[in-house]
Amino acid sequence: MSDQRPAGGADTLEPDDEEAARQEDLLLHAASTQPAAGALSAATAAEGGVSEYQASLWGDAWRQLRRKPLFLIAAGLLVLFVAIALAPGVFAQVCNSCAEFANQDPRSPANFADLSRSVETPSAQHWFGFDIQGRDYFTRVLYGTRVSLIIGFLVVGVDVVIALILGCIAGFYGRVFDSIIGRGADIWFALPTTLAGLVFLSVLDNRGLFQVSAVLIFLGWPTLMRLMRSSVLAGKEADYVQAARALGASDWRILRVHILPNGIAPVIVYATISVGIIVSAEAALSFLGVGLQLPSISWGLMIADSQGRLLSSPHLLLFPGAFLSVFVLCFIVLGDQLRDALDPRLR
Amino acid sequence: MGRYVARRLLQAIPVFFGATFIVFAMVYLIPGDPIRALNGERPISESAQAVLRDRYNLDDPLVVQYAKYVGGLVTGDFGETFRGQPVWDIIKEKFPVTAKLALAAFIFEGVLGLLAGILAGLRRGSFMDNLVLVSTTFIVAIPVFVLGFVAQLVLGVQVGWFPIAGIQEGWYSYILPAMVLGSLSLVYIARLTRTSLVENLRSDYIRTAEAKGLPRRRVVGRHALRNSLIPVVTFLGVDLGTLMAGAIITEGIFNIPGVGREVFLAVGSQEYAVVVGIVTAGILIFILMNLVVDLFYAVLDPRIRYE
Repeated sequence: MSDQRPAGGADTLEPDDEEAARQEDLLLHAASTQPAAGALSAATAAEGGVSEYQASLWGDAWRQLRRKPLFLIAAGLLVLFVAIALAPGVFAQVCNSCAEFANQDPRSPANFADLSRSVETPSAQHWFGFDIQGRDYFTRVLYGTRVSLIIGFLVVGVDVVIALILGCIAGFYGRVFDSIIGRGADIWFALPTTLAGLVFLSVLDNRGLFQVSAVLIFLGWPTLMRLMRSSVLAGKEADYVQAARALGASDWRILRVHILPNGIAPVIVYATISVGIIVSAEAALSFLGVGLQLPSISWGLMIADSQGRLLSSPHLLLFPGAFLSVFVLCFIVLGDQLRDALDPRLR
Repeated sequence: MGRYVARRLLQAIPVFFGATFIVFAMVYLIPGDPIRALNGERPISESAQAVLRDRYNLDDPLVVQYAKYVGGLVTGDFGETFRGQPVWDIIKEKFPVTAKLALAAFIFEGVLGLLAGILAGLRRGSFMDNLVLVSTTFIVAIPVFVLGFVAQLVLGVQVGWFPIAGIQEGWYSYILPAMVLGSLSLVYIARLTRTSLVENLRSDYIRTAEAKGLPRRRVVGRHALRNSLIPVVTFLGVDLGTLMAGAIITEGIFNIPGVGREVFLAVGSQEYAVVVGIVTAGILIFILMNLVVDLFYAVLDPRIRYE
């Protein structure tokens, strides 16, 4: 592959720095994604100081991404959200009096209530104020992160697997499989999402994380499947696939080694954005009263509870609403940046 | 053309049956006995309950119930509620409200979205372009119910420009809910128009048109825009279908008595016939809009021919 760096990128670097940076990237990337062949060639390149390197799509993308401030901000936010979801209690300590207040009930800091402080407005001591039950809102909003994050990743993760399997079958084997899966997706597209979610979830008596996720998984796969299918269709005709076939490679090997790595980029991009969309959908369903149920702590539930007190205590809406919006925004920006980095035509 | 329409209609049939069956089956699975739920303080006698069950086909297996329902649909019978009111009457009463809201949202998102997309796409990288990209990213990140409440709070209560809820003030009361409802699609339209326009402005035929000395307005309007609008029209058409199916959340926030709110109330009060009827009507509209959009392609793009 050519050594020419695509236009844009690090024009400001001196040639030597640039070379060094490239080698470094190469090692980093090769070690992370292609353990066998990639690391080997990288090692030889590094030892011999040879200037040639193998630019993979993901390596190029990563080199581009890590210079984009927007990407770095969004990625930083994502790390922060993950950290909050893992240990909300630790972050609740940031606001001292919030933590002291909430820790009076160590079993469930987010559920400790003092009714005399019901709907108190935000103050220097309690940054987000109190909810109707007199629970510290800062603590509750932090604890709400976990549910959103789990549902987002769980739903999109399972949907990506479904989309990969069905998309590969439909695109690679075509004919009957394609018709069945394609028409199936048509049916799903005709279902109005919010309405269908409302009806499906009202069937269930007991709605926890798992049930809500299952309904969202059930409704969410067709778009990803279509993306995968069109990627496979486009990849199937490529020369290298024909060559692999001529050499006697099995279908499984062709899909795994040749078609998937080259065609998965649009799916990854859309999946990233989907995490935001799914989290928003979960909040919407909880808001409608058919999503998670109390005592689950979820931003959607908090917003639903704030509904009747919009005029007197808008902070009950604004804080979880802001967290939810920033969370969704973070994934949309990540997806946008990934798309720009992965699509060579946009460089 | 005729054959194409026929083929598309044939393709739509399994989609219609599949989608309505899924919803029907789900509603069938809702726990609880709707007839027993009708009981007030004085229980209905067993024989009367049996008559009611028979009337609403509740003792039949799922597939038979569904077949009877579809049989009724063919003759325009959408079933009736447990109070004996035909569902069609409810749809007839509520649908105009939803249609007005959908139309207002459609106009809002179409006009503003196209305008923003064209302004951004004509000068890629300009201030306007960046403004559109940044503002649309923010809008798309705010969930519709948060946006709805904030709009209600700020524009309805604090500034007082718009009515807060209800439809007493005619078209004027639809403006705020329509803006909230259309905001998400507005983003897609603006971005779609922009991308499509940027791509087309780079193409050979635009260079040719400019080279032969056509005025800029004609190059953009006649050549670039017309070709760029094809994906946008697809989206607009499909979106109108979605909007017409009712907006549960927006109608709920602004207390607009349309089909979306009706479905929401019906789920709560276990009026399954209303749920299934309205969802079925929504699916029908969605499928029809898709067909119309496909046919409309040929008008916009003479290269597309239906044989």
